[in-house]
Amino acid sequence: MNTSFARQRYLMDFTLHSMLRRKGRNLVLFTVCCLVIFILASVMFFGQAIRQEAKTVLADAPEATVQNLVMGRHALINAKWVPVLQNVRGVRHAEGRLWGYYYDTVNGANYTVMVPPSDDTEHRLQPGEVIIGPGIVANRNLIRDKYLFLRANYGEIFRLKVKDRLSSDSALVSADLLLMSEPDFRKFFQLPDDVFTDIGLTIRNAREIPTIIGKIGVRVPGSRVVTRADILRTYQSIFSWREGLLLALLGASIVAFVIFAFDKAAGLSGEERREIGILKAIGWETSDVLAMKFWEGALVSAGAFLLGLVLAYGHVFFFQAGLLEQVLKGWAVIYPDFHLKPHIEVLQVVTLAFFTVVPYTAATIIPIWRAAVTDPDAVMR
Amino acid sequence: MMMHLRPSSFMISAMFLLGAAVVTLFVHACSSTDNGLAARARLVGQLGLTDLALFTEARYTRHPSQADLHSAFQDQPVSLDHFPSGSLVSPPRHNFAPRTGVQQ
Repeated sequence: MNTSFARQRYLMDFTLHSMLRRKGRNLVLFTVCCLVIFILASVMFFGQAIRQEAKTVLADAPEATVQNLVMGRHALINAKWVPVLQNVRGVRHAEGRLWGYYYDTVNGANYTVMVPPSDDTEHRLQPGEVIIGPGIVANRNLIRDKYLFLRANYGEIFRLKVKDRLSSDSALVSADLLLMSEPDFRKFFQLPDDVFTDIGLTIRNAREIPTIIGKIGVRVPGSRVVTRADILRTYQSIFSWREGLLLALLGASIVAFVIFAFDKAAGLSGEERREIGILKAIGWETSDVLAMKFWEGALVSAGAFLLGLVLAYGHVFFFQAGLLEQVLKGWAVIYPDFHLKPHIEVLQVVTLAFFTVVPYTAATIIPIWRAAVTDPDAVMR
Repeated sequence: MMMHLRPSSFMISAMFLLGAAVVTLFVHACSSTDNGLAARARLVGQLGLTDLALFTEARYTRHPSQADLHSAFQDQPVSLDHFPSGSLVSPPRHNFAPRTGVQQ
């Protein structure tokens, strides 16, 4: 066997025996370290998977939607702008979209009510019919061919037959969706026939979008165009480290690691100092002492890192991030039941390792180095 | 004769197993099924959806990409920020990006 390897193994044996003598302390350190890494890795995996999901799923979102702004707020847009937008060079198709929100007093949930586009044959509805999302199905305990009763804000009760339910696979985009026919939608929300929520555009060439936006700004004054790229960009910043709660979480984890490091760097226990003094006195070199303590730091931090990472992956992708669910659900009544497609990035894992394993190992070695270069006699005293 | 297991052997084995488990995670992530991703993408295309239904409690968290204002008190005077959703979703970037010819 390679001499150097054998030597390191003996050092590891010695370190492990030494750690077993303080097993309570080392076990607590390992558990806390593992827990911090588990929380950080869970959020990292979840955030990355949801961003990846948004990028893939919303790749077919409308290429551009034109909103009307009144006093800086999104307002209904007049139907007269549909032909105007249709005639903008580069626009293949312009269609008024109808969607809005409904607060259901029965269960306190918010629904997104929407009229399916005219070219969507699969979700075509007759007046008096609705298609409901999986969140509403679960919340109102509805099945196909049953009736959904909704009270409009002017008091009238609408009796709508549940024609179909949207697949539970699509819950992440459709949990609170309530699809309705256009006549029902206009009657339910008391909307005049000549207005839409916004206008969706299909564009021939994506490279022309900036030019088309410029033209729309001139032809439809007071409008705002939200492009698919804008939508994707919005979702790339979701769960970013700058957001309030995640910043607090990251801050708490950093503070926890600083406390670890401070505990290690502030000084060695009398027992540890005596141990180093004895080792030096019986002929150990400084490099041996450092190697021994390197193994101590590396085994705790690397072991905690690997275990925390595996547990976090299982938590997010096999148990649907159950511990994060209460945070994500917030005050909402409807929360989608979804399974994310597993996604893991080497760079993120390496970054997490760099910010957890390296400082811990360094914080273990530095005070030992200070003790190890001192005279054994002085250390033991 | 019973073989004596050295602590380092146990530790090396444990670390090797954990390392192998992490490698398995990467393999699993690369080879896993889409968990309904295709169905979601198809529905988005059919209905022209713009946002994920992750936070359904307020307009600006349900449709962050379409929201006009991303602030507390937008619906009523005592409507505080919807915590924690409001702290997990950032305001749409395009609301701040100046564009020629388009009123923001």
